[in-house]
Order: sequence, then structure tokens, then C-alpha cells
Amino acid sequence: MNADCRPALTLRQDTVGSLAAMQAVFARDMQVAFRQRQDLLNPLLFFVMVVTLFPLGVSPEVSFLREAGAGILWVAALLSVLLSLDHLFRHDFDDGTLEQLVLQPQPLFLLVLAKTAAHWVLTGLPLVVLTPVLGVMVHLDGNSIGVLCLTLLIGTPVLSLIGSIGAALTLGLRSAGVLLSLLIIPLYIPVLIFGTGTVASAAEGAPVGAYLALMGAFLVLALTLAPFASAAALRISLSNG
Amino acid sequence: MSEPLLQAVDLQCERDERILFRGLSFSILPGTVTRVEGPNGSGKTTLLRMLAGLNDAWSGSLLWCGKPRSGQREEFLRNTLYLGHRPGIKPLLTPMENLRALTAGRRPLPDPVLRQALDGTGLKGFQDVPCRNLSAGQQRRVALARLLIADEPLWLLDEVFTAIDSGGVSAIEDLLQQRAAEGGAVVVTTHHDLTLPGMQRIVLGGGATNEC
Repeated sequence: MNADCRPALTLRQDTVGSLAAMQAVFARDMQVAFRQRQDLLNPLLFFVMVVTLFPLGVSPEVSFLREAGAGILWVAALLSVLLSLDHLFRHDFDDGTLEQLVLQPQPLFLLVLAKTAAHWVLTGLPLVVLTPVLGVMVHLDGNSIGVLCLTLLIGTPVLSLIGSIGAALTLGLRSAGVLLSLLIIPLYIPVLIFGTGTVASAAEGAPVGAYLALMGAFLVLALTLAPFASAAALRISLSNG
Repeated sequence: MSEPLLQAVDLQCERDERILFRGLSFSILPGTVTRVEGPNGSGKTTLLRMLAGLNDAWSGSLLWCGKPRSGQREEFLRNTLYLGHRPGIKPLLTPMENLRALTAGRRPLPDPVLRQALDGTGLKGFQDVPCRNLSAGQQRRVALARLLIADEPLWLLDEVFTAIDSGGVSAIEDLLQQRAAEGGAVVVTTHHDLTLPGMQRIVLGGGATNEC
């Protein structure tokens, strides 16, 4: 092995900026995801299946679906995000890239935030994009569909962010799935209640500003706190590994 | 740079209610190769993970350039390269993409340099093949390509010789020796019979509570 391309040896005082490092993490996650496209389709397929099976299993009546539709879509989106969470850090943990991520000189919570952002773009965002189609299928009116999309657009990042804490905490465990759900579902409930509440209120013609503001507050809270918690949880999980 | 890069004072580590080592003190000086040895389960990997900052379950103190490491985590991480058991290679990406991703957060390098480093580890012609199609040894070599372009003064290498053929092993030995001559510090754990002139040894597993 020749090594003629190495610079002189001194202690380094500078390093890659946090933003550039975040971009690199995000880009790599995207690249990996698009190499394995069937994994991308899984949560989407689950989402579509639950929403299509509901009318068949319960009742195809327009009045029922119009009332329950938003709830069905929200629950299906929530569960499909939950299903995809285990993959957030698992592969990186198994192949050692997570160790390298933790040892990068940039603040870990920012790198975790970049990973969570990639997770949302790959799972949450496609769900939001599909929602209008499925909304029409469950006979929601135009206004409700618009509000539903908006709540999912604000709500799914919250789901990814909170979920990242659970995924990081359960990383070292063998049967992480059950524990992950138990840890995360209680934290998802407020988001679900306010998400469906917004759509119900819009369907009655009431103003939704207050609901949306509260959901926005959830998002800000999750954005500012969850990455710190996930980063700390990752350190603990790796420390035992 | 004659003061120690990393200094361990009275390290103690307990794992599963068994003391792996206690009262362990040593200094890692620039320009030296240090070999951590001991039987399986004696805590070689644990020690290296402690030094790298991955494992926090220990007592004692670690000094980086003479000052406690806990207060200067960023300076420490910037100047340390750790290669673990798990090489940090994504099986779905090609060696080039892996190397690019691994260096992007530390010191981005232009593609020709990365390509040259991969050539240097004997991966010529495999740069754009997904890593899952490569053999275990070739995957290790992708990780080792980082050593050819790394400028971190301290290298922590866990079982670098695993799955590497004999030609590769002697090339790595040369690389470590050359690295030490340039003033870098290297800590390796290995079962391979590594002997380099001036090599420091840390022997684990000699404690009274050792049981197998």
C-alpha cells in the first residue's frame, strides 16, 4: 500500500462544518434508500392497504366513511411510520457506520437530525403525497382533504422525531419491536388526537387555526428536544454494544 | 510533539460484574505503535472503545494532550481515527461512495485521491461494484483505504488484520511503521503476531479475577 497522498502530521484545529456534515449524512441515507427501493415501498403499501381494507371490513357507507375517514388515514399513517422506525438506526448499527457517525467531530444531535430528516422524506412525505388520493376514496370533501394533508405534513415529522428516540433507545436489544411500540405509542397519542381533531373541526366548518398552531408547537418542541434525546440514547446503546 | 497524545491513568472497567482490568495506566506518545494483547474476552475491544470514546462505562481518567478529555471532546474526535470490528461499510454502496461518505464529515477529498487510495489497497477495478458483492477481506480493505488518506494523529485500530491475506498483512505492518516514523500514534488490538521495532505492549487478562 503506498501512501504518497498524505499530508503532514499536525493536530487539526478545524474540521468540516456542521451543515456540510449534515448534508453528507442526509445524502448518504438517500443513496442507500434508493439502492433498496422495495424497503421504501413497504410503509406506503401498508398505508394504502389499511385504508382500502377499512371500508371492506367495517362499512362502505358514505356517511360512515366521511366521519371516520380522517381518523383511519391518521391511524394508518401513524402505524406505517412506526413500522419503518426500526430501520432508522438498525442497519447503521449492524454495519458499523453508526459508530463512525458518533465519532464525527460535529455535534451528534445535528447528525441525528439529518438522519431523521432523511427518514421523514422517505416515509412521512410520501404518505402526505398519497393522502389526497386516499381521501377521495373515503369520501372526504375537498376542504377536509386539504386540512388533513396539512395536519399530516406537520404531524409526520413529529412522528419521525419522537420515533427516533425510541429507535435509538431500543437499538441494542434483540426484540426491539414490541418495546419500541410500547415506548412510542403513548407519545404519539397527543399528535393523533390533535391531528384528527383538526380535520373534524374543519369538517364542521369551525376555524382550525388554534389546532394547527398547537400542532406547530408539537413540531417545534420535537425538533428542538428529540435530536438531543436520540443522540444521548444512541451513545448509551453504543456504549453497551 | 513529545508530550503524550493520550494518557490513561488508573483505568478500571467492569463488564457483567467481572472486572476486566483495574489500575491500568499508560501513555500513547506520538511516533509509537502500541499493541493491546490478551486472550479472548480480556477486554481488548472494550479498552479500544473506551479510548475512542464509544464506551462510557469506566472509571479512571483519560487525558488528551495533558488535559481531561471530557472537556475537549471535539478536539479529540477531530484528531482520532477509529476502525472497529464492524468496518463501517454500507453493503449497498460502492467502495467509492462508502469512502466518500466516511471522509465527508471529517475531511472531504476529491474523487481522484479517493480512487487512488482504493487502488492502493488492491481494490483497483472494484471501485464501483456494490460492497455486498465483495469478499469479507475486500470489504475490510475499503475501510483500510481510509488509513491511506487519514491525517488524524491518533489511530485506534481494532483487529485490523482480520480477513486480510498475507500480502495485505505485511503491507499494513509497513504502513503502521511508516506512520509511526512520520510522528503518528497507532494503537492496535490483534491476535496476529505483530512485532515492530520500538513497539509498546499493553497486556490485558493478567488480573486476579480473570476466569475463562
